[in-house]
Amino acid sequence: MSRSARVALKSVVWTACLLPLLMLLLKFWADDLGANPISYATNVLGDTTLRILLASLTLTPLRLLFGISWQMSLRRLLGLFAFSYAVLHFTVWVVVDQFFNWPGMLADIRKRPYITVGMLALTLLVPLAATSTTRMVKRLGGLNWRRLHRLVYVAGVAAILHFSWLAKKGRNDPYLYATILAALLGVRGWHRVARALGKRRVVALGAPSTPKRVAGAP
Amino acid sequence: MLIKRRPDIASSEITARGLYLSRRAFIAGGAALTLGPSRATAAAETPPAEPLAAKPSPTFRVDDPPTKFESATTYNNFYEFGVDKADPSIYGARLRPRPWTVRVEGLCARPKTYDLDELLRLVPLEERVYRLRCVEGWSMVIPWIGFPLASLIKRVEPTGKARFVEFTTLYDPAQFPGQKKNLISFSSLEWPYAEGLRLDEALHPLTLLTFGMYGHVLPHQNGAPVRVVVPWKYGFKSAKSIVRIRFVTERPRTTWEKAAPNEYGFYSNVNPTVDHPRWSQATERRIGDFRRRPTLMFNGYADQVASLYAGMDLRKDF
Repeated sequence: MSRSARVALKSVVWTACLLPLLMLLLKFWADDLGANPISYATNVLGDTTLRILLASLTLTPLRLLFGISWQMSLRRLLGLFAFSYAVLHFTVWVVVDQFFNWPGMLADIRKRPYITVGMLALTLLVPLAATSTTRMVKRLGGLNWRRLHRLVYVAGVAAILHFSWLAKKGRNDPYLYATILAALLGVRGWHRVARALGKRRVVALGAPSTPKRVAGAP
Repeated sequence: MLIKRRPDIASSEITARGLYLSRRAFIAGGAALTLGPSRATAAAETPPAEPLAAKPSPTFRVDDPPTKFESATTYNNFYEFGVDKADPSIYGARLRPRPWTVRVEGLCARPKTYDLDELLRLVPLEERVYRLRCVEGWSMVIPWIGFPLASLIKRVEPTGKARFVEFTTLYDPAQFPGQKKNLISFSSLEWPYAEGLRLDEALHPLTLLTFGMYGHVLPHQNGAPVRVVVPWKYGFKSAKSIVRIRFVTERPRTTWEKAAPNEYGFYSNVNPTVDHPRWSQATERRIGDFRRRPTLMFNGYADQVASLYAGMDLRKDF
């Protein structure tokens, strides 16, 4: 990809990611956050976190399915935006919703499963954000870095659980998000299995001395 | 002597209707940019509300300032219109609250189908300012207009076998888009919406058969044209847009009970000491306030209603 194309692509992604926050701030200044502004802001920030997190998880499946790779350069950008929205979401909860009621929040984290998994998701994103720089990738080494960043799958599942456990019955969006996440993780899983089987088949073909045990046989 | 009392909310405090409606049209217009034209036209078609005269009740009123009319009509849980808080005000115009009848039937000596106008003339209307506590942890203060449900119940003479009252909300997907089944509505409530009260709860003087609020007939999004208001219970217990009231012996199964029996009990009395399984009920945010406030037992109506539950384990019968 040419430099100008990369700049254009990143500008589009930056704008798209900043737009929800910008809209929220505009509405705040216009005093147009509705009857329950705190709940509205929390929901918008949480929703945006989930969407960007899911978007960051679509990049690899796109490569696996269609063999395209120009989008891979967006991983860090989307990941950091997801983390930033998660932090904002959390900050609104701490500062505006709970107003630094630490004992109350700690009790909620312990007692309310949706808050527990929400905190888990946020906590898991912290080391990923911290190791997002090129220097950290080099320091950790590619393999370790990749292993560490698999935590994003756990964070994704925790984030979706967070939403579905707090949503009231009758809402469909938690199921929608869960379906998308399952599909995105499914593509990876399927690809891994297919690759493992492929390798074993190659091994099996290349080693005629063990003809009876072919890949996939019980 | 009949002296017309001034309404307790100064009219200057109420946003001018035109202004408020145009604001919604503006928001809907903005939404239309991204969501298509249906929402804008829905808001524009909302008919202006008719005033509804009522005498302010001297006894049934809380001192807290009423919630802004605009908040009370744009932040609603009325899943028949959709699950988002704004859906009822956006799609409310689809409801046709007239002509309207309410069938009162079941275990009673004089079952009858009441026309709305007949109901409105049954007993003089009064205005009562009640607290409203939603199970989600927010609350409002609303000046309702209606009369005690007991006045209607006594007219139809429930038999000795009647122990519960069941309320049924209108079922009509053409008017209630939230009742439509489609590909993505796999998680939905069971329609029509069913609610219920014990007969003594229904006869309690606080239980109000409600036709209006803020000096006007009920806006569509607030349960037009007739609903009940049971102020010591979580908001969902107060059935909206009622078409049938039935007296039964067995405890009716309510819509939310069917949806999640461990979360929404039949009684659903406001109770800060019994948490929702997933969140605390100890505090609430009054709409318009910044800080949360403690939730009161029976939503502050303990003096009037606690005796109804004497000897009951409210953790078990939540």
